[in-house]
This record gives sequence, C-alpha cells and structure tokens, in this order.
Amino acid sequence: MISEQASGNVKQKFSLTRLLRENQIAQGLFLISPANIYLFIFIVLPLILVAGLSFLSRGTYGQVEFRFDITNYTRLFDPLYGKILLFSLGVGLGTTVICLVVGYPLAYFLAHAPTKQRSLLLFLILLPFWTNFIIRIFAWMIILRSGGVLDSLLQWLHITQAPLNLLYSPTAVMIGMVYEYLPFVVLPLYTSLEKIENSLLEAASDLGAPPWKAFLRVTLPLSVPGMIAGTILTFIPSMGMFVVPDILGGAKTILIGNVIRNQFLTARDWPFGSAASMILMLLTMIFTLYYTRKAGFGEELLV
Amino acid sequence: MSEKKSSIWLRIYSVLVYGFIYAPILILIVFSFNTQKLNIRWEGFTFHWYEVLFKDGQVLLATKNTVIIAIISTVVATIIGTMAALAMQRYRFPFYNTSETLMYIPIVIPEVVMGISLLVFFVMIKFTLGITTIILSHIAFNVPFVTLVVRARLHGYDRAIDEASMDLGANEITTFRRVTLPTIMPGVLSGAMLALTLSLDDYVITYFTAGPGSTTLPLRVYSMVRFIVTPEINALSTIWVAIIFIILVIGQIAQSKRA
Amino acid sequence: MKSEFAVEFHDIVKIFPTPEGGQVHAVDHVSININHGEFFSLLGPSGCGKTTSLRLMAGFEWPTSGDVVIDGEKMGRKPPYLRPVNTVFQSYALFQHMTVFQNVAFGLEMEKVPKDEINRRVSEALEMVKLPGMGKRKPKQLSGGQQQRIALARALVKRPEVLLLDEPLGALDLKLRKEMQLELKALQEQVGITFIYVTHDQEEALTMSNRIAVMSRGKALQIGSSVEIYERPNCRFVADFIGETNFLSGTVKAIDKDKVRVEITSPKQEISGIGIGNLSVGQAVAISIRPEKVHLIDDDGSEVTDQGKKENQLHGRVTATAYIGSDTRVVLELETGVRMKVWEQNAISTLDPEAYYSVGDAVRIIVPFENTLVIPEDVG
Repeated sequence: MISEQASGNVKQKFSLTRLLRENQIAQGLFLISPANIYLFIFIVLPLILVAGLSFLSRGTYGQVEFRFDITNYTRLFDPLYGKILLFSLGVGLGTTVICLVVGYPLAYFLAHAPTKQRSLLLFLILLPFWTNFIIRIFAWMIILRSGGVLDSLLQWLHITQAPLNLLYSPTAVMIGMVYEYLPFVVLPLYTSLEKIENSLLEAASDLGAPPWKAFLRVTLPLSVPGMIAGTILTFIPSMGMFVVPDILGGAKTILIGNVIRNQFLTARDWPFGSAASMILMLLTMIFTLYYTRKAGFGEELLV
Repeated sequence: MSEKKSSIWLRIYSVLVYGFIYAPILILIVFSFNTQKLNIRWEGFTFHWYEVLFKDGQVLLATKNTVIIAIISTVVATIIGTMAALAMQRYRFPFYNTSETLMYIPIVIPEVVMGISLLVFFVMIKFTLGITTIILSHIAFNVPFVTLVVRARLHGYDRAIDEASMDLGANEITTFRRVTLPTIMPGVLSGAMLALTLSLDDYVITYFTAGPGSTTLPLRVYSMVRFIVTPEINALSTIWVAIIFIILVIGQIAQSKRA
Repeated sequence: MKSEFAVEFHDIVKIFPTPEGGQVHAVDHVSININHGEFFSLLGPSGCGKTTSLRLMAGFEWPTSGDVVIDGEKMGRKPPYLRPVNTVFQSYALFQHMTVFQNVAFGLEMEKVPKDEINRRVSEALEMVKLPGMGKRKPKQLSGGQQQRIALARALVKRPEVLLLDEPLGALDLKLRKEMQLELKALQEQVGITFIYVTHDQEEALTMSNRIAVMSRGKALQIGSSVEIYERPNCRFVADFIGETNFLSGTVKAIDKDKVRVEITSPKQEISGIGIGNLSVGQAVAISIRPEKVHLIDDDGSEVTDQGKKENQLHGRVTATAYIGSDTRVVLELETGVRMKVWEQNAISTLDPEAYYSVGDAVRIIVPFENTLVIPEDVG
C-alpha cells in the first residue's frame, strides 16, 4: 500500500493522479482542454481581432490606424458592394437549389441500388472528389473556354455554329459551384433516404397510396434531414467561396469572398475586409442557427 | 431501402450525372498527353509534359512541403481531436456546451473568414508566415473534423468493456492502452484520413497563412492555372488522380479484408 | 479466508444527483452479510438498487457513506483492479478486438502470471464452461450463450473470492436461460466460491440461491433463504413480488402470541392468521393468501364458522377458470366483489366435468390459519 511518509512533493503529485483517476469531471476537463485551448487561441482570438479590426481605419499607406470608424460597415451597403452581397447570396442559393434538384434523383437511385453495388457506386461518386479541387475547376476551364472542348463538341454536333463564350461568366461560375458541391448534397440525401425502411412504403401502399403519393407524403418528408444537412454543407461554404469565381468568373463575376480576399491582399484595406468578413460571418450564423433550430444539425446522419 | 429495380429513366439520368462528374477529369487526363500547348484542341500524343513536370523544382518543393504539413497537422489534430471526442461522449463537465460550440465554429464559418482571421492573428503577434503557420492553421481546422468523426464512431461504445478491463486487474492507463484505444482505432483512423485529405487539399486557408518561401501543392497548382496553363498542369493532375486512386483502392481492399 | 463473511455492507448509502438537480437514494441504508461459498441473489424490480449495490462491491461506484467490506478488508475508495472480486457483465463486455483466448487470458496477464501457466489455466477455464478449443475464435463469431460463457470463464479463471454476476442471463431466450441457470448453480457448487447474483426474475432467484435479498427503492426489505422469503415475507412488497398471492385488507382485532385475529374490511368477516413482525391491535394490515395454499369445496349454503377447526372459510363465486393440466386456475369473487385466485391441483385424473369448477359455481375457500399471513401495510 502507499506509504504515508512520502515527502511533500511526492504526496502532491500523488493527489493529482489520484484526482484524475477518481474524479470524472477532472478526467473530462483534462481530455477537452487541449482542444479548447488550441481552438481558443487559433480560432476565437483571431476572430476577435478581426472584429476589432473592422471598426478601425486604413491609413494612407495601407497600415492600420487606431481611429474608430464605422464607415467600413456602411460602405458595404453601397450599391457597389450591396450588389455583390446580394449576388453572392443569389449564387449560394442557386447552387444549393440546383444541387438539390440535380442530386436528389441520383441519391434516390443510389438508395435503391442493390446493396452489393451500393458501396462501389458511392465510391465512384466520391473518387473524383478526392482529387484537388483546383484541378477540377481548371478542368472546367478547358471545357468551357472559347473553342474549347464543349464548343468543339457542340459545333461538331451542329447544335451551335459560333463559340459560346461560356468561360468568364456567371454561368460558368454556377457550373463550377454545382460541380463542386454536388457530393455534399448527394451524400447526406443518400444517407437519409437509405434509412427509410421499406416497411413504411409498403404500409403506405397497403393503405391505398399510389407510388407518387407515397413518395410525396412518406419518402420526401423523411428525407428532409438529408436535405437540411446538404443545404448547410453547401450554402455556407458557397457564400465564402472565391476560388471558383476567380478561375471561371473572370473580372465580371465577383462574390463576397473575392471582395474579402482582395481587401487583404491587393487593396490592403484590412479594416474594410474585416468588416466584410464580419457581415459574412453574421449571415452564416443566422442561417445556421435558424436552420438548426428548426430541424436539428443532422447529426443523426453521422451514425 | 428497397431494391426494386429503378426505372429506366432514373438509370439513364444517373449515368448522365456520373458522366458529368467524370468528364472534366477524363478530359484533363487525355489532354495531358496533348502536344498542343494551350489545352484547346487535340494535336498529338506525347509524354513531354510529364518530363517537364518531373524537372519542375517548384512543384517538387511544393509537394514536399504539402506532405510534411499534412503529416504533422494530421498527427497533432488526431491526438487532440480524439481526446476531445472522448471527453464529449463520455463525460459531463462545466462549460460542456461552450466547448461543443467552440468545436463546431471552424466547421460553420466560411473558409475565407477563417483564413483572413489567422492572417491577422499571425501578423499581429508578429509571427512570421511560413510552414509553421500553415501547420498551425491546418491543425485548427482539422481538430473539429477529427472530433466529429471519432464522436460518431463512439456512439455505440459499450462502456462495460472498460469496466471489465479494470475489473480484471488493469488500471486506467492500461485499460486505455489495451482496450479503449484498440476498440476506437477504426474511428480514429477514419478521422485521421479525413484530416490528411483536408490538409493535402487545402487551398484557401493555406493561401492566407503561407509565407513567401513556403508554397504547397494546391497553391502552386493555383498559380500554374492562372499563369502557366500548359498541359504540365494536366500531367500533374493526372499523376495526382492516379496516386489518390491507388491509395483509395488499397484502402478499400484493406477494409474488405478485415471484414 | 480472513473473516467470517465474504462480503459485507455496513449501512451503505449511495446518492446520485438527478439531471433535474435533485438527488436519488439508489441505495438507502443497506446492511448485508454474505457468507463464504454462498449463492446470494439481489432481487428486485428495475431501479431498486440491486445493480448499484453490485457495482459498489465491484468498485465501479463508491458509497456516499458506509463501508463495503470484502473478506474482512474495508474497500474504501479502492478501484476495481485492486479488489479480489470479478464481474460478469450483462452485456458480456467481451473485448471484440481480441480472440477468445486473449479475452480469458487478459486478467491473468494483468496478474503477471507466467505464460505456460496462463495457457494451462485458460484451457481449464474453457473446459469448465464447456467451450474447449474456442480459443482462436473472435467474440462476434460466437452465439449469445457462448459469449456469456466466455465472459464467465474470463472472470473465473482469476479464481476470485467472490464472483459478481449482473443479470447475466437476461439476453438469452427462455430455454437457454433455464439451462444456464442449472449450469451456473452446478458450477458454483463445483468451484465453491461466493456468487453474488443480480436479477429481477424471482423464479430465477428462488431456483438458484441459498439466500436472497429482496430490494425495492434502495432498501433491502428482506434477506433470507428462498423458503423464508416465500413462506414468511415480512412486508407486502415482498409477498407481492415473490410468487403470486391474494391480498385482503383488514384491521387487527386481537393478538395471541403469533396467532392474530383480524377483521377483513371487505367482506366483513373475521379470520385468524400468522402475524408477521410486531403488530398491534387496531393496526391496518394486508392479509396474504397464496393461491396454491387454499382449498375449494362446494358451498352448500351452511353457515360459515370455525368451529374449532384451524381454518378460515370464505364464500365466493367462480368467475373464470383455466385448466393448465397439472392444476386448474380459478378466479373467484367473494361476496363483496373482491377477487381471489386459487390454484387447485388436479390430483385425481378424471374426465368427469363435475370434478372441475365452472363459472358461476358457489364455492367455499378453505384457508388454514398457518397459510394466512398477516402483514403490516407498507408505509409509503
């Protein structure tokens, strides 16, 4: 048994390990602390700094001056930036909706596929997305540019005569965004649909519902958690996206993400960029809170 | 769900969608062998661009950096994240809800915001941007994902096996080592794989936290796309795709062997 | 063996906080002494504190107050790995990532037993649970019953002084459960160590145990052998929980040593019975009459009277019968509508319908005094 004549130091160390052994709360705190500390330093602090920065002003040479300035925020509601803001929301929304519409049938198909084939089919959907995302957007550049693959194909098929000039347009950006976020919608939808027990549809049929009605009244509502998860995974990141507009959109198509990026790298107006970031964050949080309060976080899909 | 044969329209549709998903990549690969420099039309078959790629010093350096960053950030994030997952699934402690919210913030905020905030942070504490800042940033976004994955896997965990272990004579540390850890290992590895992928692939956050000499592969590819636009990129992409494909196939085989 | 008892609870209290911020007394001042080599059961409905009590013995919980003593040594806050007891869990808790052999060997490894001895003892243990040669399998390849035996082997291989079993047969189907009950009992007698067994199935407890502690809401209501618990329950709960019984309400009229005269409330009638515990005149009591301990005769309408016989008589009418084969289960209503169940053994083999009671028959229920138990009404 433990000797009680230990020196002061040993006795102290003994109680710390004993505390960790016996006390559940101590164990929990010990385990969560590294994450909490790390995330506080590298996530919370930086965000606080940005928040503070958003109220300061830009000096003549791009440095930050400690002058309180609210114009960073008011500038955002200028017609110029206001338009960009609305456009970003529109693109985000549009991407999400298109992804849901395009992705739902695919998810349905997967959920109904023979079990043996399912993991292969899923794997095939995921495979391209393990490659670097910039590479994939670049591929669309090749396809969409004037005289490129798409143009050549359409002209060869005699559907069009002249090049379409798709690249560097909002259309190209949308195509790129949908391409990018499709799996984020298909996967949660698939998980949700897959969980619907066959017996429910059999019961609906037994009670007199034709297949289309069964779909509308049983399948669709039950797939809502998947739709929610898919929406969260698509809409939020799409609002901050700047890579796709950068590569496929050219100078004509700018989203809020591009604005922020420019403020920090080229225009060197950090306070303004911070303000734009704060607004973006706010929009994101409102959206997330509203959605998750209404319909949960979709965690049940993880299990 | 039922395995009724899907209607023919659904199947045609699905094939089209798969085509949509794969077309860009296939075109990319095909064009990597194109003699024409501009990636517009097909002219002839050549390995030239692969030669250029392998001699490209910048690409090789970027690859090395990317791998180092990915490995270090994955290891650290996996350890921190697994501990956090265990904490959240098994214990009640003060500020539990706050910790949970903190954990989910990086997943919910737009990457660009996280990127600039880290840039601001490092500049303000006068920490030179470089490989280290990239690693620190990657750990920050990886931890929540690892935690999420491990937590999901912890759901069905029967605490009784830990108790059984102690009942049979193993103390808390031995129990963790011999029973808990091996049992959660598949989940931990899943989380680590996810972290590795996120790190290898990351562009936005790396963009803001990289210093002048510390380029990574995604950054390099991006500037090549903007400025070089020769099929060298295609060659790089093809190799990348091939490597990923091989790793995934190995992963799948390993998984099915175990089951 | 150092002490008189294998396991002792000295006035144990265990309080848990509830999510709403209150407290619950999972174990409420319980004192038990368990003998060496005994098969002792903790019996009660869910939430009664039996599992918590077991966990207090194993060391997964520590008492809020009171002492857990194992083989004469106070356990205090000793963790499970320092206690000379081993547990068989309800979910078996086998280590899925280890083979059966490794599972069973685990405890011996922790004791730093040399390798060849481990091999020998593991083989012995597997033989003992009738699963020789399963060493190389993985737990998920085994059936529920087999897994349960491995869990048993894993605990027994360590030769603990006391084996704790937490509803180990709960997940098995009926037939298998009955088989395992007999096997466990035989095993315990063979190995000779103390078994402490938690169950909510009173039939199981009665079959296997030397002694039983009947628990409810954190309290140990009665501790005794199967016979004692069944024939002389000390309170209404125990009488009700163990086996089947009929209850009548009444008040004590007179007491003469252990014979008690009681006035039944409904129907208004006086009967005599055996008093349990310290009763006083005027006390509200429950009268417990077990259905197999009464006898029915046709009611010929004559007056109900003791007449020096040592029996009570009640009037009733048959409202339902069920022929089980070995006995007939009869439900009757007394004059005032109070229901009673009676099990008449079909002692004579006959097809004559007159020999069996039918609905509407008027009957007299004959209950000997010693089969009439007068029990204090529970307080709360």
